[in-house]
Amino acid sequence: MLVIIDALDLVKPDPGLFIWTVLIFLVVLFILWKFAFGPIANALSDREKGIQASLDEAKKAREAMEAMKADNERILNEAREERAKMLREAKEAKDQIVAEAREKANQEYNRIVEDAQKQIDNQRMAAMIDIKNQVGQMVLEVSEKVLRRELSDKQAQEAFTRQLVDDIKVH
Amino acid sequence: MKKTVQLVLSAFLLLTPFLASASGEEEYNPKDFALHHIADANEWHIVGGIVVPLPVIAYHKEDGFTVFMSNKLPEAHHAPEHAAAEGEEHHAAEAMHAEEHSDEQHEAIHTDEHATADSHHTEAGYKGYVMSHGRVARADGDSFLDLSITKNVAAMLLNALLLVIIFVSVAKAYSRRPGQAPKGLQSLMEPLIIFVRDEVVKPNLGDNTQRFLPYMLTLFFFIWFANLLGLIPFISNPNITGNITVTMALALLTFILTNINGTKDYWMHILWPPGVPFGVKVILVPIEILGIFIKPFALMIRLFANITAGHIIILSLVGLVFIFGKAGESLGGGLGGAAVAVPFTIFMSFLEFLVAFLQAFIFVMLSSLFIALALEKHEHHHVEGAAHH
Repeated sequence: MLVIIDALDLVKPDPGLFIWTVLIFLVVLFILWKFAFGPIANALSDREKGIQASLDEAKKAREAMEAMKADNERILNEAREERAKMLREAKEAKDQIVAEAREKANQEYNRIVEDAQKQIDNQRMAAMIDIKNQVGQMVLEVSEKVLRRELSDKQAQEAFTRQLVDDIKVH
Repeated sequence: MKKTVQLVLSAFLLLTPFLASASGEEEYNPKDFALHHIADANEWHIVGGIVVPLPVIAYHKEDGFTVFMSNKLPEAHHAPEHAAAEGEEHHAAEAMHAEEHSDEQHEAIHTDEHATADSHHTEAGYKGYVMSHGRVARADGDSFLDLSITKNVAAMLLNALLLVIIFVSVAKAYSRRPGQAPKGLQSLMEPLIIFVRDEVVKPNLGDNTQRFLPYMLTLFFFIWFANLLGLIPFISNPNITGNITVTMALALLTFILTNINGTKDYWMHILWPPGVPFGVKVILVPIEILGIFIKPFALMIRLFANITAGHIIILSLVGLVFIFGKAGESLGGGLGGAAVAVPFTIFMSFLEFLVAFLQAFIFVMLSSLFIALALEKHEHHHVEGAAHH
């Protein structure tokens, strides 16, 4: 019986304590809301936003860097290709120039040879003409000399001719 | 080794307040002992049998407000509301108090009281009030409103002071070092604040978290700190949250907050559940209406019962020392009792440490759940309603 009465005491609300509890809690709530948990909640969410923002920024920067890296790679590749192309072109140009030069040289050579040939021909022609002229001259001279000597002796005549012929020195 | 010594030492310190109050020659009554320590009181017994007097503020419809310190009160010879059969027990309890009160002045009053006590029922007390079982009572047995700073109120004020000092300084740390990593006390409290926000409040309240967060945080830390204060033996384990009045007040605030935030859907759901046949409505509506009150009632009972149970278990274990030791007659028995009680008390204290957090967590979890349910908009019901038309 006693236990029940005492236990009932345990669950008997106390109006004074009730009023105090509500009062104390509300005052604490007001103070903490205004000066602690309100500002703390804001500070926390601000900081989280800040962290999120910097994470996003870092991600963006990383992406930008990756893009830049890819860009650099592309540019490098392009440059490499360009270089290869330029080298190829240069080689081609060189080959072409060499070929052209060779051809030109050939042509020149041919022309020079041809010229030389022509000159030789001309000179030979001139020489031939000269020779012909000289031979004609000599023939004339010999004939003149032969004619000038009244040949009595056939033999002497022949010897003389022969001697004349021998005198002619073809240079 | 050092840790073990510390543990044993603290366990003995745990016992000291009880040692002082229970070392009289009279018969030891474990039930009175436990209930006395759990109940609220108008004086605060702290370590070593020191009694801190507390202000008494009483309102009586004839006498009006009366304010005085509780150590001025004479001990009641007979508690007005108790039967004569309990006289012996009260005498024992009274003797117990006499042991505790080392205060000379009090002793004098006490003896005065004894002198006048012979003429039963005519005792006037101090300004019409007497002390009965640690509580203020009217000498004439009249009912009155006790607005005193009782042990629980004082402990709650201490609790409030701690909360304000700690969290205002933590908040200052945030404004002093904005956007920086937490430091010191701030980094101790921040995970708890974030825990309450992200694990307790946000899963229930979602987008409304920011609106209710300060209330929920205050509630959580108020209950948790109060629970922890109840575990400190040097201040005689003030049983704040193990008092049904305190839990009732806290539950009532959640109840009010739930119902003033109730949406039309919430009330419709209770008063006229949509998509339910009329016959079922007749049964369902009273249950739903009852449910409005059962929810905070469960909050009140859960916290009260858990904390009180923990206190009773610890007090019972400590009581073993006096039962075995025959209230101080047998030193060997007392030591034997201590050998049993100390390890169990240590264990229970750790368990209570967990329960202190758990109950604060559950109270806040359910509070945010109830408020979230009241805020919920049942969109599917609109669709159903449209289909019925």
